[in-house]
Amino acid sequence: MPRRTDLESILLVGSGPIVIGQASEFDYSGTQACRVLRDEGYRVVLVNSNPATIMTDPGMADRTYVEPLDADVVAAIVERERPDALLPTLGGQTALNLAMALSERGVLDEFGVELIGANAEAIATAEDRERFKVAMTGIGLGVPASGIAHSLDEALTVGEEVGLPVIIRPAYILGGRGTGMASTPAELARVAAAGLDASPISEILIERSIAGWKEYELEVMRDRADNCVVVCSIENLDPMGVHTGDSITVAPAQTLSDVEYQRMRDAAFACIRRVGVETGGSNIQFAVEPDTGDMVVIEMNPRVSRSSALASKATGFPIAKIATKLAVGYTLDEVTNDITGETPASFEPTIDYVVTKVPRWAFEKFPGSPGVLGTSMQSVGEAMAIGRTFPESLQKALRSLEHGRRGLNCDPAEAALDALDDDELVRLSAIATPDRPFQLEAVLRRGISVERLYEATKVDPWFLDQLALVTEERAVLADTGLEGMTTRAWRRAKRLGFSDGQLAWLWGVDEGLVRERRKAAGVSRVYKTVDTCGAEFEARTPYHYATFEDEDEVRPTGRRKVVILGSGPNRIGQGIEFDYCCVHASLALAEAGFETVMINCNPETVSTDYDTSDRLYFEPLTPEDVGAVLEAEARSGELVGVVVSLGGQTPLKLAASLDPSLVLGTSPASIDLAEDRQRWADLCARLEIPQPAGGTATSVDEALAVTARVGYPALVRPSYVLGGRAMSIVYDDEGLRAAMEELSAFGSLGREGGLSAERPVLIDRFLEDAIEVDVDAVRDATGEVLIGGVMEHVEEAGVHSGDSACAIPPQTLPPLVIEVLEGHTAAIADALDVRGLLNVQYAVKAGQVFVIEANPRASRTVPFVAKATGVPLAKVASRIMVGATLAELRAEGLLQPPAETGAVSVKEAVLPFNRFPDVDTLLGPEMRSTGEVMGIDRTFGLAFAKSQLAAGARLPDGGTAFLSLADRDKRGGAEVGRRLVDLGFSLVATTGTAAALEAAGVPVSEVVGKVSEGSSSTAVDLLGGGKIDLVVNTPRGRGPRADGDYIRSAAAAHGVPCLTTVAAALAAAEGMADRARHPLEVRSLQELVGSQPEVARRVGGAGLRPALGPPTGGAGPASTPPGGSAPRSPTKPKRS
Amino acid sequence: MSTARRDALLVLADGEVYEGEAVGAEPPGGVASGEVVFNTVLTGYQEVLTDPSYAGQIISFTYPHIGNYGVTPADAESRRPACRGVVVRDLARRRSNWRSEEDLDAWLARNGVPGIAGIDTRRLTRHIRDAGAMSGAFGTADEAALRAAAKEEPGTDGVDLVATVTTPEPYVVGAGPRRVVAYDFGIKTAILRHLSTFATVEVVPASTPATDVLAREPDGVFLSNGPGDPAAVPYAVEAIRTIGEEAPDLPVFGICLGHQLMARAQGGDTYKLPFGHHGGNHPVRRNAGGPVEITSHNHNYAVAEGSVPGTRVTHVDLNDGVVEGLAVEGRPWTSVQYHPEAGPGPSDANYLFAEFREAIGGEPEVRRRIGGAALRAALGPPTQRSWIGGRLFGGQRPPSPHSDAGRES
Repeated sequence: MPRRTDLESILLVGSGPIVIGQASEFDYSGTQACRVLRDEGYRVVLVNSNPATIMTDPGMADRTYVEPLDADVVAAIVERERPDALLPTLGGQTALNLAMALSERGVLDEFGVELIGANAEAIATAEDRERFKVAMTGIGLGVPASGIAHSLDEALTVGEEVGLPVIIRPAYILGGRGTGMASTPAELARVAAAGLDASPISEILIERSIAGWKEYELEVMRDRADNCVVVCSIENLDPMGVHTGDSITVAPAQTLSDVEYQRMRDAAFACIRRVGVETGGSNIQFAVEPDTGDMVVIEMNPRVSRSSALASKATGFPIAKIATKLAVGYTLDEVTNDITGETPASFEPTIDYVVTKVPRWAFEKFPGSPGVLGTSMQSVGEAMAIGRTFPESLQKALRSLEHGRRGLNCDPAEAALDALDDDELVRLSAIATPDRPFQLEAVLRRGISVERLYEATKVDPWFLDQLALVTEERAVLADTGLEGMTTRAWRRAKRLGFSDGQLAWLWGVDEGLVRERRKAAGVSRVYKTVDTCGAEFEARTPYHYATFEDEDEVRPTGRRKVVILGSGPNRIGQGIEFDYCCVHASLALAEAGFETVMINCNPETVSTDYDTSDRLYFEPLTPEDVGAVLEAEARSGELVGVVVSLGGQTPLKLAASLDPSLVLGTSPASIDLAEDRQRWADLCARLEIPQPAGGTATSVDEALAVTARVGYPALVRPSYVLGGRAMSIVYDDEGLRAAMEELSAFGSLGREGGLSAERPVLIDRFLEDAIEVDVDAVRDATGEVLIGGVMEHVEEAGVHSGDSACAIPPQTLPPLVIEVLEGHTAAIADALDVRGLLNVQYAVKAGQVFVIEANPRASRTVPFVAKATGVPLAKVASRIMVGATLAELRAEGLLQPPAETGAVSVKEAVLPFNRFPDVDTLLGPEMRSTGEVMGIDRTFGLAFAKSQLAAGARLPDGGTAFLSLADRDKRGGAEVGRRLVDLGFSLVATTGTAAALEAAGVPVSEVVGKVSEGSSSTAVDLLGGGKIDLVVNTPRGRGPRADGDYIRSAAAAHGVPCLTTVAAALAAAEGMADRARHPLEVRSLQELVGSQPEVARRVGGAGLRPALGPPTGGAGPASTPPGGSAPRSPTKPKRS
Repeated sequence: MSTARRDALLVLADGEVYEGEAVGAEPPGGVASGEVVFNTVLTGYQEVLTDPSYAGQIISFTYPHIGNYGVTPADAESRRPACRGVVVRDLARRRSNWRSEEDLDAWLARNGVPGIAGIDTRRLTRHIRDAGAMSGAFGTADEAALRAAAKEEPGTDGVDLVATVTTPEPYVVGAGPRRVVAYDFGIKTAILRHLSTFATVEVVPASTPATDVLAREPDGVFLSNGPGDPAAVPYAVEAIRTIGEEAPDLPVFGICLGHQLMARAQGGDTYKLPFGHHGGNHPVRRNAGGPVEITSHNHNYAVAEGSVPGTRVTHVDLNDGVVEGLAVEGRPWTSVQYHPEAGPGPSDANYLFAEFREAIGGEPEVRRRIGGAALRAALGPPTQRSWIGGRLFGGQRPPSPHSDAGRES
């Protein structure tokens, strides 16, 4: 069946901000979908609130709406764009839920929009636990005994029926939020209450626990002709009980015989057919009882998922791309396998290597969180590794995590486990935590049997034995010693995945020496190809991984090559924004005629698509692994250089291990200059740019000396980190001591390197009540500097820039200050001899501009700036790094003047506090957001309100607002109260705040006591009773379990918007006020900034153009200008 | 590996040398030889190793970890392996699976299958893919001895390997209502398991004349899979041709070698593929424009397209266009090149047995693709805890076809 010709225009829904459980894998899938749909000639309308995605690049769709993924908003887009179909299966749970909401509201029927990929009936069957269970039982598949509850009473009854222990799963949630296990009735009551709360329809499934069973996943595809294939089987190393997103997973399945595997495959096909997923990919999870082989279906996702991203990267079979083709009518046999170029996609990939995924957690950022893994996903990213054997791939994956580990122990960090006695160690290894793989190895190293460890952990004995192979080899290596190593011994060690760093530590020698001796013994990496077919057919696509075998498959090429170092696993502080920059570099350099080579180990990204770059190496980002790729590339053609400045801190750290002549763009020396505190201070002094007073310290005494000089409050931060890792504001000596302790060898950051003269702590006087400003710029070799964007933060300085909202253009900064900011930025760029991107952070206090820090690399805000202004900063910077000048780029059309959109763009951070119920939601200098959203509208208030909606906080239209303000905020807070009253809110406040408000003439309708004082009526009670619609709570300090902490947690738990700064509250008030005056409007990026990379057409006229003026000539038939001034009713595109 | 294994080499007839270590049985003189083929299955190594169609061949697995789930008698496709040896990247030291009864290494040793581990099997696969299937030898002997053995190894062309694996005496499997006479050219247990669900299967040696077969008054004749070159088994071709002449309305169903022999009996030609099809993931289209089945393959030879008079091609491999199924016009004769019985591999083509069942007058089966009623029937009635695993594997198996008929010949 060929492509459908009855469809012209397709609406694609993205997944919104990066959150735990829904990460950049949906940028990968959405981007593939956009490409396929446009290649097939459809008009693509895209909506996604996440500006850091590749899919929201204006060139990816005909109409790109960076708007909140909210039913009202998307309904407005549907009304405006009149798509023929909605494809909801590539945007995760968010898109699926949104599609269901639009369907239920009748929006799809009203505008004649067909759901393609999965229909509402199929979605409901898969998502509704009870329906799913009935469906599976109906086709003879086993499911765990279970029941549904809608109330606490029902929950207890069902719990009794199915028998404890049980797992509680809320309906319609993602990433396992609100799920948990209960072994006693009391636990059941507690977990059930949380689950009922988490479910948007207050429904939970109570299921007999099958913790300890083996867990498997199959990735299945189905087409319109009912052809089904399994793309990949996955076996979890962690048994049932740990969310699959938090499990170490291995592809293919390792311990299933063919009989069992084929039964599972048959069951998976029966499942996808019964659920009724007509086309596309689904993920189906199974559990197998290890002693009897009993098999049950756990769940199925009727859409592309995180596992499908993993399966795609693991096999080379592009699930999202093919799912899209199937959704528009093709059948699997009509789609060609890209990799072989000859065989059809209607086959099942076979692989000749082992893939291991290890999640990356960020518990260190959430003090108070227990750090124990369970049925609710908590990881923020993942690394994948490919090896010929499981031990090799596991060790590669562990060193890909960038937690400072060199593999499966055999490194300095293993010392932490040595202090434990055997029983304690076995006991701990039975508890799933991020440390578990290391504990398992330590147990086996002590000679404790696989049997005992299996009994304790239920980790399959085959996996444990594989770990034991590593352990045993380590003992042999220790005996052999460096001097005793033969070629055969080297080869054996490397084939088990040992890194040179592990061996260096084992032998107490320098890693460089290990590498030198190993190479001298003739043992080096070869690169094999991921080809979907186990080498049965020739592969066209150079998607490689390293291993230690006989034959290398890297083919020489004739073009000049640039290697781009990716950013590794997503984590807080280093996420999709950097992947965006790397992908842009690849695209821009390819357009400029270079061959691009990507190295990365993050399966969730667009950068690790095999067709993003000319070659892809799926490898850990360590000096050893990257160095080997560079050698392989240098052998096979002309290597121009390496891009290190676009992937965040990861590649930047690697720059030191590279030949400096290979580093493209700003020199490593300049990068160091910006990081080196003293030299940086000297530079600022020379440029006469004021800095907050400060100094560096490597000990508590030195730190105290600095604060004695500069005074409190002080900002304390380690060097060479990203995302404000371990940054804090201290107000006295005691706080400073605590902060230094955290940074020293025994604190959580100590594990990532500790302190040294090379890595001192930076201590600055903290500027209170200052406005923080970010500036992104690029500079070329001629010295021309282009200011990309000046972003004014909504929250005051002190909140990490990654966690604060910011606006383009600046909303309160006078032109003179902006001029000063731009001037300083240009001066710094010159002084650092920047070739490419530069991000500078400033604090503006009382009109005076202080520079906080400068980073000659891509910043988190680059994609936001690009979306707000239409200037493709990352592409421009990439070209500059290989020698182009701004003037040349202007001449060729890549660089256009920033679009005069007349609109305001607001970026807002999205925080994962709902995943960490024990953690205070207060913002501070340590970044904790996982992602970001963007709101664009005609006024700051509207854009801010949109950004809040996109981030999941719907600002209320009225009702009751609760205010509790720190003393220093009481004056500003009165203004907040006044505006809220003007908007029709009635106010509830704590005693002190109420007094301040009333003194300022703002009426307060109710005064409540403090939670910590045991008052009878508190804000927490009111929140619990659903009586509060908005919370404004500014911090008094960060005491554990302080009043504000309770209030913020309660607000988070009940989904009530909570604003923690006066600035944000004022912005929200402005948004609510503007929203009351203006109807909801949506605008595509093509209308606002044009559709890159087409040559733009705008000269002058700045300031004269009305707000949200005419579109600038986007593609497609829908570019009808909406008119001079923003119309109340958006112009509907004509259907051709 | 912690246990010391002896170094070994694999040498191909064209001189390629691979380093590894010896596993499994010790071959005589430290030399095992045969035609080297690669198989791409991810699961099912035991079924592959016990498939009599591999007689004369050394099997290299492309998946690196082999032996993870051990071996169990229930999964054997014959009483003992007919292959000449096995090549793996990594042989599991410890097995893990509730069904397994023995380690693969021990099983190989016990069954006289020599092996070599630690090989860069991907390099080997790529070489065979490009240079074609070729003879090779491996073992602990020195390189010169192995090289000589590889050169001397005759390969499979023109060699009657069927005679080495067929049953010496007839035997009966199953007690179904219909009667099927099954030619054993190296028949797999999985096939007998399917046939015996609806028929009493009288398994006869490959050399059984047509008259003997017809004298058994069968409702249908089955032509089994088997090893090697179909041109080397002229007596079977002759018998099939005679059956067609004597009993033109008698349904005949062939699989793999049986398919090739049926084609030759019709006057068709067979040829040797460069490196054959050995895997569990081949897409095959059923009839023009029909559905795609993912199928299990194991064949080095194939029927030449357009060479078989009076037949219609019913199945085609979508990877390379090879003829994978034939139907004889005007006669109830059908055959497939691939393995609808799976063992190992997907069950997508199980329906072919139902078609044969109907062709020989058996009760028609409610036929659907996997799922719904068919799956329920296969899995038994659901109960409150209808785990599908235990019930399946705990069920009755047909008696081993070779339990009282030696294969040692």
